[in-house]
Amino acid sequence: MLVLLTLHLVAALVAPGLIGRLGRRGFLVLAAVPASAAVWALTWTSRVQHGQTPVERVQWVPSLGLELTFRLDTLSWFMTLVVAGVGTLVLLYCAAYFSAGAAGLGRFGGVFVGFAGAMLGLVTADDLVLLFVFWELTTVTSYLLIGHYSERKSSRRAAMQAIVVTTAGGLAMLVGLLLLGHEAGTWRVSELIAHPPAAGPVVVTAVALVLLGALTKSAMIPFHFWLPAAMAAPTPVSAYLHAAAMVKAGVYLVARFAPAFSPLPVWQAMVLAAGGGTLLLGGYRALRQHDLKLVLAFGTVSQLGLIILLVGLGTRAAALAGLAMLGAHAMFKAALFLVVGVVDAATGTRDLRRLSGVGRELPVTAAVGALAVASMIGLPPFAGFVAKEAGLEALAHGGTLRDTALLVVVAVGSVLTVAYGARFWWGAFATKPAVLAPAETVHPDGAATSTPLADADPDERPAAITHPSLWLVAPAGVLALLGLGVALLPTLGEDLLGPYAQTYPTGALSHLVLLPGVTPTGLLTLVVLVCGFGLFAARATVERWQAAAPHPVSADHVYRRGMRRLDDLAADVTALVQRGSLPNYLAIILVTFVVAVGIPLLTSTSLPTRVRAFDEPGQVAFAVIVAASAVLVARARRRLKAAILLGVGGYAIAGLFLLGGAPDLALTQVLVETVTLVVFVLVMRRLPPYFSVRPLVASRWLRLALGVAAGLVVAGVALVAPAARVAVPIASGFAHEAVTWGGGTNVVNVTLVDIRAWDTVGEISVLLVAATGIASLVFVHRRTGAIFREREAPEGRAVWGGDDDPTASLRRPSDTTTAQVRATTARDRLWLRAGRTLAPYRRSVIFEVVVRLVFRTMIVYSVYLLFSGHNAPGGGFAAGLVTGIALTVRYLAGGRYELGEAAPVQPGALLGAGLFLAAGTGIAGMLAGRPVLTSWVLTWHAPVLGEVHLVTSLFFDVGVYLVVVGLVLDILRTLGAELDRRAEVGVDPPFEKVTSGRSDD
Amino acid sequence: MTDTAPNLTLVVVIAVLVAAGVYLLLERSLSRIVLGIVLLGNAVNLLLLVAGGAAGSAPIVGTSDQPMSDPLAQAMVLTAIVITLGLTAFVLALSYRSWQLHRHDEVQDDVEDRRIARLAARDAPSVAGSDVDSDDGVDLDDEARETHDETDEGRPAPVHGEGPR
Repeated sequence: MLVLLTLHLVAALVAPGLIGRLGRRGFLVLAAVPASAAVWALTWTSRVQHGQTPVERVQWVPSLGLELTFRLDTLSWFMTLVVAGVGTLVLLYCAAYFSAGAAGLGRFGGVFVGFAGAMLGLVTADDLVLLFVFWELTTVTSYLLIGHYSERKSSRRAAMQAIVVTTAGGLAMLVGLLLLGHEAGTWRVSELIAHPPAAGPVVVTAVALVLLGALTKSAMIPFHFWLPAAMAAPTPVSAYLHAAAMVKAGVYLVARFAPAFSPLPVWQAMVLAAGGGTLLLGGYRALRQHDLKLVLAFGTVSQLGLIILLVGLGTRAAALAGLAMLGAHAMFKAALFLVVGVVDAATGTRDLRRLSGVGRELPVTAAVGALAVASMIGLPPFAGFVAKEAGLEALAHGGTLRDTALLVVVAVGSVLTVAYGARFWWGAFATKPAVLAPAETVHPDGAATSTPLADADPDERPAAITHPSLWLVAPAGVLALLGLGVALLPTLGEDLLGPYAQTYPTGALSHLVLLPGVTPTGLLTLVVLVCGFGLFAARATVERWQAAAPHPVSADHVYRRGMRRLDDLAADVTALVQRGSLPNYLAIILVTFVVAVGIPLLTSTSLPTRVRAFDEPGQVAFAVIVAASAVLVARARRRLKAAILLGVGGYAIAGLFLLGGAPDLALTQVLVETVTLVVFVLVMRRLPPYFSVRPLVASRWLRLALGVAAGLVVAGVALVAPAARVAVPIASGFAHEAVTWGGGTNVVNVTLVDIRAWDTVGEISVLLVAATGIASLVFVHRRTGAIFREREAPEGRAVWGGDDDPTASLRRPSDTTTAQVRATTARDRLWLRAGRTLAPYRRSVIFEVVVRLVFRTMIVYSVYLLFSGHNAPGGGFAAGLVTGIALTVRYLAGGRYELGEAAPVQPGALLGAGLFLAAGTGIAGMLAGRPVLTSWVLTWHAPVLGEVHLVTSLFFDVGVYLVVVGLVLDILRTLGAELDRRAEVGVDPPFEKVTSGRSDD
Repeated sequence: MTDTAPNLTLVVVIAVLVAAGVYLLLERSLSRIVLGIVLLGNAVNLLLLVAGGAAGSAPIVGTSDQPMSDPLAQAMVLTAIVITLGLTAFVLALSYRSWQLHRHDEVQDDVEDRRIARLAARDAPSVAGSDVDSDDGVDLDDEARETHDETDEGRPAPVHGEGPR
């Protein structure tokens, strides 16, 4: 079975290409796929009949107990034949039906075969979860098929309606299946049916939910409305999905679960009410349709009601009749849809008011139609008759009041079936004199059924008839003749289907007979036929009466109103919870944090028994600075002041780290704080000096309260957390591991580059993303800008100029242009290469000299930190930051051209190379057969240096170094250099100077 | 076993940093938000350090006989410090961009959310052209009559547009 399913999948995938190459003849190739499934099922016939059930089982997700289990028992065998057989014939039909140039055939073919595969999987799956998966696959593929004409709004809406209704049912079913599987303790469908869990509230709920899924899929009331709307699909789809396949999925589910659960009252109530009601409603509605497809659609709804009623009733006799009816219906209804397709293709209309004389012109089609209609309305000797007769027999012998009531319902439903069946054939094929005189044909009061669209139809002339090829009629002919053939061998059907009906809990098995003779049910059939034809004869009166009858509210309308209300509700909920205000969201998160952490803190923890005031007295001093600066930052009204206070606090935290036994942290914190301060200054020079005045001062107290609450909760966590450790810290062995395996004595650094190296890879990836994000926010359209080289600096433009020159009076006039500056300084010592690109009054000789002196020293120091980091405070992060600060200093002293001279590379290259190096080190270790990111120590004797140890994780650290340098360089190039450039060319003027004197704080 | 008595000085500092950080975080000005983020980051770094147990000697093997501070907490804090730098720079770049576009750096309410709220207030459909927006009294099964397939015979133009032909 897996092979067949794979075949369907492959065929679905190649179908677009196949049809693209072969055109519509590709359908002939595709038809081989379901045909192979049908043939396979046929080869199993005698073995399945004798109780053999082939099972295939493949582990899917063993940890969840999910298996791909397939099983072919009688019901599955029968359904496979129906699904694959009708699928084959419909695909053959497609090859002749669509015009060669029809649009979207490739997609259509693929989805169609995919649907056939999903159906095959559904009827053979023996696992509850797998069953659901295939169930939903049929829903999705049928959605695509119904919406085939996706350029039509009504098609899209019909498809959407079908998927919404059936998916809603499917969701209910999923819950039901999970409950059932849980209660039964097995996920095998066969085991669940063989040993159903005892009826309790859970099982009753589960069964009701599963039935809900089945009823939506089979278009039972009140969910029937999607099926007629789905007639927007191409006619072959209607023939397959809405006669043989998808709607039968619900029937299959009912038949599958009926042996185990049909005695439950909830089952009886749901199945009988839905089945009986649908039988009558569908038949009644079919009587007044003018579109042949809609006559059949409502007829299908009606017939599905009957089949569900019979297979769900729970007695063996009814089950046998139901299965026979299922097969008969698949044959005659698929044939009838295909016949409608032929008529539609020949005449260009399906409106029975415009068709006349079709039977005379297309006698073969008419004959095929007649055979199928005879089966549908239950004329002997056709399959439909045999099945309906068995159904009436089963109900007549039930003896209870319920069965008698059902008998009446089925009889009335059969009368309606006869009436709309006859009307269908008459409408499609009869020669109707009335059509020739259109003014008399249209019932003047038929407005209720003829929509404004139909009224607006200008051509009421009888349709012209062309002659389609006989090939088009052949598939329908095969189905119609089959309907006659199987009826002539009723014992064959009984032998084949009987074994499944035997599994039903109650009643005796009846027989399928061709001619019942003079029995009460035989007479009832006669009465039904007479009444039915009488109803047909009085069709004009019936139509008038139906049109005049009060129309109950249409289900489609109710559905649409319901969806609209749902939409409104969703919008209301969205508007309520999604206010779009960042402070609002953050406040909700923080309140949740305070409550969710604070309550356990208060209720289930106790304060630590011992506390220490401090580790070192110096901590108190630093703590005071940190706390004071934090409070002042919160109160500051001036941006620069806040940034500088923040830096003060940050440096003090470095002091806390140092006294807390963390020299690496202290070093990194100092360096980061420096870079942070630079970034703040670079950005804030573009922003107004003061924070804007917030209009809602009242919320300030709320924010303050929330801040204090959060602070107290975090402090509580800090008090409780150290004592919450119950196990030996994972880091207790780090020192030993670092020396032994990592080849370094600085445990923190070895942790970063070796023990927890994966974390570091993740972290430098974040840095890369942040750097790229900064660059894209500034450059917007590009990753990066040009590198500013000193030789490209424009003449006469002074970097950072633009303001009034405060020292102009002190300067020699000839010094003011760059050219002259260059000329005069050519023989002078040049401290910074791009120093002369600055506006003269921005230059500081002392600064330039100092930078000249310290830059190389800083670079050497950073290299030292990088190499010594394995054994002393330092490492890639610190080294990268020192290099970054060195570059920052060059930029501050000499402007953007100096930065270009100092680092003539794109930051993206550094970031990429760094990440590549870090990750590559790990992969290199992996290639050497060790776990990823393992380091090893290389030792050799160098001539001068003596013994040299090289730990491979150094390369990892170099990667980290490059990423950090890249980040800082990106910041300088974007927030520094690019913003300078913009200010100079005037695209980005700075803030308007605040003139009104606003006091600080 | 590590000494588990918490350091009160650090606890107080953490509380002050969190309170100030949250206060700033709830602002609308991006530059104040980023100040809040930095303060909160510092607080969490200290919290990690406190949770790591009492301070010992520097976690460098062979430098001291005293018990070592927890190196894992330090490694985590070290990466956190650098990440905070990246985040700070990013939010500052955001604030620059916001200023460039709107001449201020305040986070405004989401326009789309407000639009939905307005639609909800007057019960208008939030998605135009959806399944539910046209309640014209025509059932879908009536409209299904208008579909015709592209076949060899019959009409040359098989798919009809919307509305009356």
